[in-house]
Amino acid sequence: MGSYKYSSRAKDKTTFFSEIGNIAVFSGRTLRYTFSFPFEFREFLKQCYAIGNLSLGLVAITGAIMGIVLTIQSRPVLSDFGAEAMLPQMVAVSIVREIGPVITALICAGKVGSGMGAELGSMKVTEQIDAMEVSATLPIKYLVVTRVLAATLMVPILVVFADALGLLGSWVGTNIKGSVNIVLFFSHAFSSLDFIDLVPALIKSFFFGAVIGLIGCYKGYTAGKGTESVGVAANSAVVLSSLLIIIVDLVAVQITDLML
Amino acid sequence: MNSSSAEIFTLHQSPQKNTESIIEINNLKISFGQQEVLKDVSFNLHKGENLVVLGKSGSGKSVLIKCITKLLQPDYGKITVLGEDVNSLEGKKLAELRKKIGFLFQSGALYDSMTVKENLEFPLSRMEQKFTKEEKYEKVISVLENVGLKDAVNKMPSELSGGMRKRIALARTLIVDPVIMLYDEPTTGLDPLTSREISKLINEVQQKYHTSSVIITHDMDCAKETGDRALILKDGTILAEGKLEELENSDDAWIKAFFGKT
Repeated sequence: MGSYKYSSRAKDKTTFFSEIGNIAVFSGRTLRYTFSFPFEFREFLKQCYAIGNLSLGLVAITGAIMGIVLTIQSRPVLSDFGAEAMLPQMVAVSIVREIGPVITALICAGKVGSGMGAELGSMKVTEQIDAMEVSATLPIKYLVVTRVLAATLMVPILVVFADALGLLGSWVGTNIKGSVNIVLFFSHAFSSLDFIDLVPALIKSFFFGAVIGLIGCYKGYTAGKGTESVGVAANSAVVLSSLLIIIVDLVAVQITDLML
Repeated sequence: MNSSSAEIFTLHQSPQKNTESIIEINNLKISFGQQEVLKDVSFNLHKGENLVVLGKSGSGKSVLIKCITKLLQPDYGKITVLGEDVNSLEGKKLAELRKKIGFLFQSGALYDSMTVKENLEFPLSRMEQKFTKEEKYEKVISVLENVGLKDAVNKMPSELSGGMRKRIALARTLIVDPVIMLYDEPTTGLDPLTSREISKLINEVQQKYHTSSVIITHDMDCAKETGDRALILKDGTILAEGKLEELENSDDAWIKAFFGKT
């Protein structure tokens, strides 16, 4: 039942495959409790605020800089091919399809995933998770399900926000050397975007969010004893979720490619 | 007691206030990897009594009370709490039993992200009986008054001292009117004065809430102040059980050393 099942497993010499197995069991339990009542709605809203609102500034700055840099770097190459007019279209496709979702997810893995790993790891070390369990509360339902769902919902919203700021940054970048009307810029940018560009990118963002939430919570929930394990949990949450984001992206691109 | 445990000797027929067993533990064994922590532990907790469990660090005292609440699953043995076989309980039934048990953790285990009020309201919100905001607040204030910390209601755990944290943690367990109290080293890390206050509080809780308690400690003053009966755990087995003053006068060399008499 309790958190110790995972911790005692984590204490063993963890092999690559046992880790995968443990993550699968943990994900299965999380999924099972996602659909059981009562739902911890207040905690879910609190986590949505923590993940969404408190990451907004970071995502906005990163998105805007991403757009500016991409534009400045791409301009000379397109200019060499005499395709400078295609700059808004190229940047829009790059940001919406790939760079926006992946960079936002990686930033969230760093900020949100490490936060979850550290918070739950610290709760584990100080016996707060045990205290919750003896208060007749399922920690996996109260702590994990709410965080995973909040991350799954908030990351796609942050991706849309980062995409928008990225395009705006691109317009700023275009105007560093020259002058382009914002309406004209966006009209060109959107002319290259189809429904098929937006939907797969948004769908994979949900998976990125789920990965960040699940791995962050798993690493925190299975943290060992002692304060050192809190740092280890936070660190490994970032490393593993970043790696999984890239793998999920690879799979998503292959699936999208097959569908097109 | 398990007769197969040759080392165990009873020094005193305990002063049982009531022979009705609240907790029965039979042949409990648990190991972590190659390390056997509890080897064959059997004992009863009687209604209304304070049972002190003594032993060196690492002797399995905390593991023992975690098994009682099924925070840890033993490898072997039967644990009966309030007539229920704990090992076979799952889901709602286990939750119902846990609502009758108060567990004071060594660190207090207050939820860092919540205020004292929210910490105390948390177990209330898990009860089947629904309380209005006013009722919850009344209960919170009432238990805080019982532990002498009414003014701390809006403080964060990080603003409290070690002793205050323990008191608040105790209040959090008391708010749901537990039948059994499990104290995991309640005075560890506290100064002698605060330790005495906590020990006094444990006795007050027993009298006011009519609880039966298991007190894990290696603080002799706390044990003497609170215990009706005591067990000594050594190497995962019960070395001795009886009244504390009689254990203190035991001829066993290890027990003498434990009580600092050699």
